[in-house]
Amino acid sequence: MLEKSSVQMKFGEAVRDGLDVALQLDPHLICYGLGIDDPKRIFGTTAGLAEKYGNDRVFDVPTSEAAMTGIAVGAALRGVRSVTVHQRLDFFFLAMDQLINNAAKWHFMFGGQRSVPIVIRLILGRGWGQGPTHSQSVHSWFAHIPGLKVVMPTNAADAKGLLLSAIFDPNPVLFLEHRWLHEAVSNVPSGDHRVPIGRARVVSEGGDVTIVAMSFLVPEAIRASALLARHGVACHIIDLRTIRPLDWDTVSAGIVKTGRLLALDSGLPICSVASEIVAFASERHFHSLRAAPRRLTMPDHPEPTSFALTRNLHPSAESIADTVCEMLDLPHRFAADPKAGPHDVPGPWFKGPF
Amino acid sequence: MNTSLPNDPSLRLVRDLLRVRMVEEAIAREYPKGEMRCPVHLSVGQEAVAVGTGAALERSDLAVSTHRAHAHYLAKGGNLKRLLAELFGKEAGCARGRGGSMHLIDLDVGFEGSTAIVGSTLPVGVGLALGSKVRGDSAVTCVFLGDGAAEEGVFYESANFAAVRKLPVLFVCENNSYSVYSPLGVRQPPGRRLYEVVRSIGLTSALHDGNDVFAVAATVKTAVAGIRHGGPPVFLEFSTYRHLEHCGPFADDTLGYRPEPDVAAWKARDPIIQAQDKVRDHPEFSDETIGRWRSEIAAEIDEAFAFARATPWPEQSTRAEYVYA
Repeated sequence: MLEKSSVQMKFGEAVRDGLDVALQLDPHLICYGLGIDDPKRIFGTTAGLAEKYGNDRVFDVPTSEAAMTGIAVGAALRGVRSVTVHQRLDFFFLAMDQLINNAAKWHFMFGGQRSVPIVIRLILGRGWGQGPTHSQSVHSWFAHIPGLKVVMPTNAADAKGLLLSAIFDPNPVLFLEHRWLHEAVSNVPSGDHRVPIGRARVVSEGGDVTIVAMSFLVPEAIRASALLARHGVACHIIDLRTIRPLDWDTVSAGIVKTGRLLALDSGLPICSVASEIVAFASERHFHSLRAAPRRLTMPDHPEPTSFALTRNLHPSAESIADTVCEMLDLPHRFAADPKAGPHDVPGPWFKGPF
Repeated sequence: MNTSLPNDPSLRLVRDLLRVRMVEEAIAREYPKGEMRCPVHLSVGQEAVAVGTGAALERSDLAVSTHRAHAHYLAKGGNLKRLLAELFGKEAGCARGRGGSMHLIDLDVGFEGSTAIVGSTLPVGVGLALGSKVRGDSAVTCVFLGDGAAEEGVFYESANFAAVRKLPVLFVCENNSYSVYSPLGVRQPPGRRLYEVVRSIGLTSALHDGNDVFAVAATVKTAVAGIRHGGPPVFLEFSTYRHLEHCGPFADDTLGYRPEPDVAAWKARDPIIQAQDKVRDHPEFSDETIGRWRSEIAAEIDEAFAFARATPWPEQSTRAEYVYA
């Protein structure tokens, strides 16, 4: 029986709620990852699950990213779904053979005989000196690989809904959750709430410029649109939610509607998802465009650690609003709010260390 | 076909060994015609490990393997026609022509898949065993590997997890001393024995002659029984030798990468010759028996090649299928 009620909760709590629901629905589902039942419980996202479902289903593992990913593939072949978790995406690079050669290709290379229903949670770091190897957002790598699905929820309801859809999808799904979104609060439907994979969400309807964003850049885009609204500029904001398969219909409609496209990307610029969206706009909607499509991404170098060097590193509400004004030939430029806290934390709730 | 399958398990092993050898030799013979357009890694010389292991596993047990998998697939009971059709790139192939020689599968007999990247199926096999444990079934998973795979980091990770969770998994390592052309001497320090390293990880392990099909079958049978009754995972290292080139249908000893006395000594210990010598005094075994088996197997192989040649290609229009389930 689906419950129709909803409760306010944080993104991190919604992930936990989604896992709880899935563990109830599928008696063979297993959840594992380094630290999953340690005192910190993956930033609280697995709190109480080992106690509730036992250590045969929710368990800590050796520090072996490659094998633990291949083991998820094997268990899936035997009919056991899994949700594995890495506290930083960057550690998961050790598992690329298992992800790309096995998980993504098993269904294809054996002619459709077996699929690999696994979910891999990858937590994206940023700020507080996370530095070169604790802050990488390589969703475009994963999106490059046929056979993988890639989701990047922005709010608590989508986090739960996409997680449940991912768990019960027959394919391998990468679930990228931004550490800075863990405290984001929204209304989350109770029970078996699912958000379809492959469908973007129109956050706001506006006629002047279309901003396509993902993950933590969605709240930045929303803040930018508030700045721009003061100058009479209305933004059409699209939260991609899924990176692969990408919702080209919703992106198309947005481009055609305003004729101006700003593609944001929390990753690096070369061969980024933003590049793909700008290419798509140029190829398919050239005659609808009223200005050159633009991208805002990380700069093309690794993230440094120093507090001084990370200032203005990531796209922000202000840089988004500035870019929109350039596209519209408007003179306005925006400075960071002097009353805002330090640039390297999402808010006063984040005290480090990661 | 298979009109004279012997009831005696020893004779059955000898016949199965001969069958795998004859299939591999037929592939080598036909390969230069250019119809099998994919890399092939033949098991000629190493078949006893596969055949002995296959005989000791139940049909409901599972296996995963490597780039050199024809023998493992056949020994587990994999369908010969679908193997050859796969090498020919046909829709009736065991992977519908999507995988080729290095990606074999026959789910009817628990052959869950072989893949091309060295060491890649090691954790997959351990995961199958974890799945069996979670679901409470009694299958043992056999993970075939070579000595090269035991140098991959993922091998140590996989063996460790199998030990720490006490999973029903058997590692069967064919140590043929070469990773492509690179000998053990440049890859591992002198005196190291792989099975000893693995024992220190927490698996039961042993080293045996991989060219003695009877010893392989007996060893694996004991190991599987122990695992099935809740014992720790097992690693069995078998010494053996590849007769043909690493990849392809020909001999390559003219290249001089293996000492000639080694090659001669190992060929003198050919598993087929050894096996036949051991059953020489068996009342149901004679030269006539061998001759009969050879003609039966040759007919089976001819029929399978005819099937592989005649069966249709996959449709071009299906090329993008199976990317997602």
